[in-house]
Amino acid sequence: MRFLSPRGAILLTPIALLTIIPLFVVIASFLHPEPEIWQHLFEFVLPNVLKNTGILLLGVSFGVLLLGVPLAWLTAVCQFPGRRFFAWALMLPLAMPAYVLAFVMVGFLDFTGPVQTLLREWTGSSAWFPRIRSTGGVILVMSLAFYPYVYLLARNAFLTQGKRALEAAQMLGMSRPRAFWKVALPMARPWLIGGMTLALMETLADFGTVSIFNFDTFTTAIYKSWFSLFNLTAASQLASLLVVLVVMILGVERWARGARRYHGRIVAAERIVLTQSQGLWAAAACSLVLAIAFIIPMVQLIVWTTQVWRVDFDARYPGFILRSVGISLLAGLIVTGFALLLVYIQRRYPARITSILVRLATVGYAVPGTVLAVGVFIPIAWLDNQLLPIAHVLGFETFQILKGSVAVMLLALAARFMAVGFQPIDGAMQRISFNQEDAARTLGVSDRGLLWRLHIPLLRGGVFTAVLMVFVDVMKEMPITLMTRPFGWDTLAVRVFEMTSEGMWESAALPSLLIVLAGLLPVILLVRKSEGQ
Amino acid sequence: MKRFGLTVIALSMLAGLAQAETVTVYSARNEQLIKPLFDAYTKETGVEVKVLTDKEGPLMARLQAEGTNTPADMLITVDAGNLWQASNLGLLKTVKSETLNKNVPAHLRDDKGQWYGLSVRARTMFFNPDLVKAEDLSTYEDLADPKWKGKLCLRTSKKVYNQSLVAMMIAQYGEAKTEKIVRGWVANLATDVFPDDTKLLQAIAAGQCGVGIANTYYFGRIVDKDPKFNARIFWANQKTDGVHVNVSGAGVTRYAKNEAGAVKLMEWLSSDKAQNIYADKDLEFPVNPAVKADKLVSSWGPFKSNVINMSKAGELQSQAVKLMDRAGYK
Repeated sequence: MRFLSPRGAILLTPIALLTIIPLFVVIASFLHPEPEIWQHLFEFVLPNVLKNTGILLLGVSFGVLLLGVPLAWLTAVCQFPGRRFFAWALMLPLAMPAYVLAFVMVGFLDFTGPVQTLLREWTGSSAWFPRIRSTGGVILVMSLAFYPYVYLLARNAFLTQGKRALEAAQMLGMSRPRAFWKVALPMARPWLIGGMTLALMETLADFGTVSIFNFDTFTTAIYKSWFSLFNLTAASQLASLLVVLVVMILGVERWARGARRYHGRIVAAERIVLTQSQGLWAAAACSLVLAIAFIIPMVQLIVWTTQVWRVDFDARYPGFILRSVGISLLAGLIVTGFALLLVYIQRRYPARITSILVRLATVGYAVPGTVLAVGVFIPIAWLDNQLLPIAHVLGFETFQILKGSVAVMLLALAARFMAVGFQPIDGAMQRISFNQEDAARTLGVSDRGLLWRLHIPLLRGGVFTAVLMVFVDVMKEMPITLMTRPFGWDTLAVRVFEMTSEGMWESAALPSLLIVLAGLLPVILLVRKSEGQ
Repeated sequence: MKRFGLTVIALSMLAGLAQAETVTVYSARNEQLIKPLFDAYTKETGVEVKVLTDKEGPLMARLQAEGTNTPADMLITVDAGNLWQASNLGLLKTVKSETLNKNVPAHLRDDKGQWYGLSVRARTMFFNPDLVKAEDLSTYEDLADPKWKGKLCLRTSKKVYNQSLVAMMIAQYGEAKTEKIVRGWVANLATDVFPDDTKLLQAIAAGQCGVGIANTYYFGRIVDKDPKFNARIFWANQKTDGVHVNVSGAGVTRYAKNEAGAVKLMEWLSSDKAQNIYADKDLEFPVNPAVKADKLVSSWGPFKSNVINMSKAGELQSQAVKLMDRAGYK
């Protein structure tokens, strides 16, 4: 592996800068040491935070794999009653913001919730009931909220694997379970690791869910330094450490993927038909996950919405919906375009520098949104302050040029969600073998033509997944939207913030519900597409 | 020629539109609570109010980054701790106004005139009448007594309301005594601290805890919907220095482009016309002593409030946060 590839680096730098500049703004905080705060953090805050963050990462990795992989296998490769329905239904939790799921679960299962209240009425005590507001509870909720990342990518892998490898393995005398462990799973590894990486980055950046559980993580320590100790510098320094942690995770990811090359062709294969009892178990397992991760919170949201919509629903809502969908779709396309470039350049100009730049370009996903939002806003405001005198000379009476423009908002969102677009496309790219490229070249396709005539058609599934995941994520995103939106440019997520900011959770149901519904459409589209393959 | 005349008329109309005065507000209070007010103000004066909402931290970071080029004329947020912080970062401007000084009691505004409280909330005790007798309750400090072991519920120390409460206690009793009290609270907890006041009040009503500390308007919101709610209000520290109160409030930004307009709007917000809309919408108390509170809010009876200047909440906030960390109050 060469270190430097000038062309690759030149092409990558502008995209990587999107994330690098805000991160640099954050990391520059180390120029101002804050010994006093750090002493306090070291002694009373960090030990607990590091322990909690570690446990959470381990628990969630385990949880998302445990849910995502078997479910993907069942719906992609097996045949059982209700499979077609579950194939798309199991993606639905992707549209459910994690903090909504957390709020509903805690509301449901806590001492004051309906479950324990009924228990007390029947048996006189609910003291034995497991505490939902515990480490186990956080891990459970996050696993349920983030397993779709693994599910989506793993399903893609299993679908494109074709049965040939499995059949070959079985011909060689392997039993079916063994073939799964020895062949199918290793072949799907880049996807599994990719999906898991997304889930872990999301976990690291999460603030809403851990606040509901009052579970102290890196993010809560960052917010504590900033909003409670009024020290943005210390908060940025903590955030920089978090970035280092993420870069390490991404390094592990590269290593875990191994240096193997994967490739396979999509082969329409016979499914494994499950026996009746197996099929029932499979359907039951799918139903259980779907019920807890999606249906119950959805029903709760609908109940709350019916209580408040008469008061809350007004003529402005169509605007909120349009803006949310529009910005999410645009961001999805922009991020996917950038991600395609990243993946393509990584392929064309393999060198250490390109892979470092690619890592950096995707790190924004694990930085808590509010911190990244500030990192984005500071350079933009600075640029504006440089440009404004010129504008005033020209006679424009304005105080914002770049800030508060939709374009800047889109770029900020792209900086945050690059990883989400990158993972599925990168996974798909690894499936394209170099033989295929060589074959295309011998047929006279130019290097540039490869992208259009070979890569993009073969990456279709990955690209589609990328657009969808970014779309759904941007719909739910709050801090960057709040910080960079133009005046009056409110979206559904902004409404959710408005309602929850003063503890009016139930009033947030209407915009939350609309976010989920808008997220459903692309999910259904995606599934129809993958089923059609 | 006719067309030219029309163009002139259209242009002059546009110029007229462009000259309609605007005040631009950055608000950490949610839009639902403040929009009705601004609509009323626009109707009365013709002045347009533009609002941008976000959390207080990002709004302050934004004001700092924008510097002299900020479009904002005014900052609205909850909790004196946040207002003090904005003033401390140099984001606010000193305002001299007879009207504001008359409408806002001295302990509910900044003595330099950089911010003014506009509504009052009390952070007091609530109890379950089946488990706790009102006559056994007295002060915040008393809740640290071992007799409350396993009966006390608190909201997380991460919320600024608790930080301000502890900061005010530091101002009164000093750090050592306050830390002892907070450690006593933690030892008496019936269950993990709650993420918000509403959940805490529900836990009191369900009998998970006997007594807890919360803001009045959260209680108001619940009993407004459910008059049979099984929790009662208790005004804390009535025989000593009074109940802990806090404000939501506003200040004029340091680089306001329309300072006069912002001051006028703030004066109007403190006047009897606006106070009821502003306070009643969220079941808070008016800051203006001449204005009566909402019926439900008044039904909780009169109380003596602590009159230490609210600025202390901000000055001592980070000290309070560190103290709570040391005491193991999560």
